[in-house]
Amino acid sequence: MADATRARERATAHVVTAHRWRWVEAAPWLVATGAFFLLPDYMTLGTQIVITVMFALSLDLILGFAGIITLGHAAYFGVGAYACGMLSAHLGWTEPVSALFAATLVAAFVGWLSGLVLMRYHGLTLLMLTLSVAILLQQLANTYSDFTGGFDGLTGIYFDPVFGVFEYDLWSHTHYWYALAWLAVVFVVARRIVYSPFGRSLVGIRENALRMHAVGAPVFRRQVAVYTVSAGIAGLSGALFAQANTFVTLDVLGFTRSGIIMIILILGGTGRLYGAFVGAIVYMVLEDELSKLTPEFWEFGVGLALVLVVLFARNGILGLLDRARSLLAERGR
Amino acid sequence: MSDFVLEADAVTKSFGALSVARDISFRLEKGARHGLIGPNGAGKTTFINLLTGVLTPDRGVVRLGGADVTRLTPEQRCRRGLARTFQINQLFPSLSALENVLLALTERDGRAWRFLRPLGQHADLIDEAMSLLAGLGLESIAARSVQELAYGQQRLVEIAIALASRPRVLLLDEPAAGVPGAESRLILDAIEALDPDIAVLVIEHDMDFIFRIARRISVLVAGAILVEGTPEEIAADPAVREVYLGETTHAH
Repeated sequence: MADATRARERATAHVVTAHRWRWVEAAPWLVATGAFFLLPDYMTLGTQIVITVMFALSLDLILGFAGIITLGHAAYFGVGAYACGMLSAHLGWTEPVSALFAATLVAAFVGWLSGLVLMRYHGLTLLMLTLSVAILLQQLANTYSDFTGGFDGLTGIYFDPVFGVFEYDLWSHTHYWYALAWLAVVFVVARRIVYSPFGRSLVGIRENALRMHAVGAPVFRRQVAVYTVSAGIAGLSGALFAQANTFVTLDVLGFTRSGIIMIILILGGTGRLYGAFVGAIVYMVLEDELSKLTPEFWEFGVGLALVLVVLFARNGILGLLDRARSLLAERGR
Repeated sequence: MSDFVLEADAVTKSFGALSVARDISFRLEKGARHGLIGPNGAGKTTFINLLTGVLTPDRGVVRLGGADVTRLTPEQRCRRGLARTFQINQLFPSLSALENVLLALTERDGRAWRFLRPLGQHADLIDEAMSLLAGLGLESIAARSVQELAYGQQRLVEIAIALASRPRVLLLDEPAAGVPGAESRLILDAIEALDPDIAVLVIEHDMDFIFRIARRISVLVAGAILVEGTPEEIAADPAVREVYLGETTHAH
């Protein structure tokens, strides 16, 4: 009897323990803290990396977990950035935390609205339509330049110190911790979602949508739901971007940004949450170092890294690490 | 409420000039063990798709538990107690057998919208999933990803997923297709061990297989029901023999 119980425990362990925190999960936060003390002069880059991680994380929810492909995710990043910037520049809404919340809600709303149309499509059609949404929004921002600053960019963005206490500094130290704190909140929420029944059903949709229909899953509504959440998080990262840079230009909605965030996620590894961290750090450090080395040629290096990953590490850098670990484990057996 | 848990009434469907279902009327009672046979291209899977809502008929009505479901989607019909398996495996390949079943269970239970408590803490569902797998002899492979399983085991996982919806009507589309002889015995056992209250419709090519399960059999030829009867009647029917010996005169 005890044997049978133990056998059942073994058989269910992969589900029962899936959501438990592992020690290695402390690594990104230790790295982030260590970077602050070891490289205090690099915190402007650090802040951009933290923001990019959050943006990539939002993409991972739809692309990595739910299998929704998109080439227009910058749409929601940009909506968040503009919403946050315009609140300050036009309405004098300078309290940073509430402005972030507001921008997140606006982006989530736009995500929900566009999701109601987009989630009816798949494959190339979906890819083209997501691209169109971002272009549409960018054109809109360009046209209504009285509100958005148009081609010249949105200026006059100012935010009060965080909680009225933490003043911003030239080295972005406050921005760094502020963004990192938000990333921690978003990460815990995303992690909860991913291991919940809702999150598992997204994986089911990614793996086999036909079967999900057949077991009674409202596939469309569930895709719209995760798309909305993802757009909200993308918007939050865009709002942080606006607050950190106090300047928003049309390229927050641009195709380049949509493409790069996808590259970053694929580089790190999709559908595993931490791919967003690894991809963003590797890509942005590479970009920073290479552009110092060869200002005109740095994209070649990034391109080469991507080619190598796609050729030799289909599941990204984290996928490569997984494979190395299982090889070692087999040899140890 | 009707005694018939699943009914098709004069269901007709064509794709352009090709008529794939012609005036099919069909009834499945509570606890039925019904077989659907017919030569290749007779429209068996099309008929299943019409019953489950993958296709909508041009004319005719489909009723589930007495209620008209003709215009409902597959997921709505599933929530009303109609589950199916697929002729070609439709599993969640990279997930474990246990996770495959759990996906169906959380949907049936209405818990698939919950996004805070981890699935691993829904112990009652995990227990139920394990019991379901154990009932099909799959307990020992619950943790393996289904793409690594033997084909016969994958077919059983198909059935396990369908059963997780706790259906009143179960449609099995060629459950033993492609399964080597020894393993098809396992599938036969699994079907024989199903809850006697569930109405089961089995589509199969293999006549031996269907004659061991079905208490009634319908023969589908060129999109229409040729004849319906007990296995003995069907076996003795000259028209059926003609069809299965390939001497049919139906021209297309």
